[in-house]
Amino acid sequence: MNYLAPEFIHRIDKDKCRRCKRCILNCGFNALSFQDGIVADHSKCVACHRCVTFCPEMAITVEQNPLTYKENFLWTAQIQKNIQKQAQTGGILLTGMGNDKPYPIYWDHLLIDACQVTNPSIDPLREPMELRTYLGSKPEKLEFNQLPDGNVSLKTELEPQVKLDIPIVFAPMSFGSISLNAQKSLAKAAEQCGILMNTGEGGLHKELAPYGKNIIVQVASGRFGVDSNYLNAGVAVEIKVGQGAKPGIGGHLPGEKVSAEISETRMVPIGSDCISPAPHHDIYSIEDLHQLIFAIKEATNYEKPVSVKIAAVHNVAAIASGIVRAGADIIYLDGFRGGTGAAPYVIRDNIGIPIELALAAVDDRLREEGIRNRASLICAGGIRNSGDIAKAIALGADAVAIGTSALVALGCHVCQKCYTGNCSWGIATQRPELTRRLDPEIGAERLTNLVKAWAAELKEILGALGINSIESLRGSRERLRGIGLDQNVLDILGIKHAGK
Amino acid sequence: MKIDAKDISYRELNKLIRQAVLSGEKEIELENINGHRYLGTGVEGNAIITVNGIPGSDMAIFMNGPTLIVKDNAQDSVANTMNAGKIVVHGHAGDVLAYAMRGGKVFIKGNAGYRVGIHMKSYKKQIPQVVIGGTAKEFFGEYMAGGVLVLLGLGKEDDEPLVGDYVGAGMHGGVIYLRGEVNSEQLGKEVAVQELNENDEQELSKLLEEYCTDLDLDYGEVRSKKFIKLVPVSSRPYGQLYAY
Repeated sequence: MNYLAPEFIHRIDKDKCRRCKRCILNCGFNALSFQDGIVADHSKCVACHRCVTFCPEMAITVEQNPLTYKENFLWTAQIQKNIQKQAQTGGILLTGMGNDKPYPIYWDHLLIDACQVTNPSIDPLREPMELRTYLGSKPEKLEFNQLPDGNVSLKTELEPQVKLDIPIVFAPMSFGSISLNAQKSLAKAAEQCGILMNTGEGGLHKELAPYGKNIIVQVASGRFGVDSNYLNAGVAVEIKVGQGAKPGIGGHLPGEKVSAEISETRMVPIGSDCISPAPHHDIYSIEDLHQLIFAIKEATNYEKPVSVKIAAVHNVAAIASGIVRAGADIIYLDGFRGGTGAAPYVIRDNIGIPIELALAAVDDRLREEGIRNRASLICAGGIRNSGDIAKAIALGADAVAIGTSALVALGCHVCQKCYTGNCSWGIATQRPELTRRLDPEIGAERLTNLVKAWAAELKEILGALGINSIESLRGSRERLRGIGLDQNVLDILGIKHAGK
Repeated sequence: MKIDAKDISYRELNKLIRQAVLSGEKEIELENINGHRYLGTGVEGNAIITVNGIPGSDMAIFMNGPTLIVKDNAQDSVANTMNAGKIVVHGHAGDVLAYAMRGGKVFIKGNAGYRVGIHMKSYKKQIPQVVIGGTAKEFFGEYMAGGVLVLLGLGKEDDEPLVGDYVGAGMHGGVIYLRGEVNSEQLGKEVAVQELNENDEQELSKLLEEYCTDLDLDYGEVRSKKFIKLVPVSSRPYGQLYAY
């Protein structure tokens, strides 16, 4: 018997409802049916708001179930529900998206400086502002040849670089975890914005091949879809070691989601489980990581930067130092709020550290060791707006990655049910009747709007700071102050408290 | 043509190999190989490359077509994520042989180390085949998702184990053939032991004939002992693990 009370109550205003049944068709979770009027099975409602959005009469609302549990600070309703579910199924509790627990959000305790009187602020509407960012290993110094005609040429050989017009990339989300239409939206938007999308570990669908100049291809432990063509299909290659939502554990795309198209993209038989082992079994050490990085460089003729993605964990600074010394051109740091299509609850909510602290610690360590120039830093895991981006860059990031923000732009309402494959918005699903709802042209337009709006806001922030280039903000922690933070956190972030 | 690898780095050597193949060279002999990594990587086509000396790790990683013949031992991660082609090693191979291999053949005359054939997979006509003449260590065929792994145990002492523990742990596709017996406690809980059927015998004969020809071994002796077959119990070993 099911002991669980519904989480939400789905309410329809019977006076407004015209019984058009559009809500029934829109629900991916089969929560609504018609029995002489719309009837809701509250237990199936996930509060994704698809029916709410598409009801022409605005007759629908979804409420938190007001059912009162005996007040208890320790045994909350959520804790009880989780136990009931496990008592019923005996399974590992799954969830989607990032850690939603009330841990501190340090972005909201950081304040940005501005110019007043002593140096002028700049108006970005009338003066040029530079957001362009190059990802890749930078030389320690530049050497030049003196030419006979008096000119100079660059003598230093540069490592391969990838250009971003805006210091944002879309976070890796595989075909399998999200729909092809969602991936196409990301690829088209990346092209329009002059930024990058990332295939995730599910291979590259042939329809994305034309967007290669705006794609990072990912190599994870399952090596799905990885061959020499794939490695050369994008502008950079990323070795995925870890993910903020589930550090230290592998991935698992269940066989029922491996359709003909996913099978072709991942190069595995239809219907077979796609299991990504927890570690790469050819990487048990920094030396092994070096070996794989240079294997990829060999396979791509040293033309593409190699990124290594890790989850932010306790000794992240030392690990990052090892990754740079192993030859990575880019480090992708994913904080514990990073999203996922599916992760065990217990892992998502209890493992890893906040990206703000990890980023500051890594940037400090690489500077102290004099190797910060050797790799670019991408930071991710809960970047929600352009303010977070400016703060991340001031803390030391070269660029940020956005996953959840991008999905929200596509219609996601963060219901955290990605792992069910029933996404009513056509994003985290492979059901054709749901995926076709997401038009890649419209999706791309919404994503482009978001990224361009954030770019405009970043320029406003730079103008207020009296600087005209994102490069001038990078690692400039003097332009940040903390609010409501203790000395320990301020020391880790390398910033002063507001008022100082 | 011959390429002398003495005193040059793997990067220079691999560049020379790529240039040679691009200029139409079909047979290349590498001399003085001494730990040079990534041989055969980034080379397209069907050139035959003979390796004299001991190659470095990740030989043939991502390889897509060529044949590599190694006259001596090989090191770790041979045929890592290999897509197509063939490797013949006249000595031993190290750990993590054929990790995530998707296509082609690997023939090892001697022993292999730990974690052989992890996450080997197959796709349509691509069915990777690995034959190891000697013994192998723990985690043989771990997470195996497709392809064929054969372990012969030729020339091993009677008290020497054919294979280490956790054989086929997490296996969910493909097939393992072992020449000889294995204790049931050595097997991962995801595999079952079966007798070979007629199709298996045909597949195995064809593969072993080629193996014996390439490595100059006596086919009769190889077939003198009974084989057992290991297959996954389920293609969904972790289907019941989660609460949705």
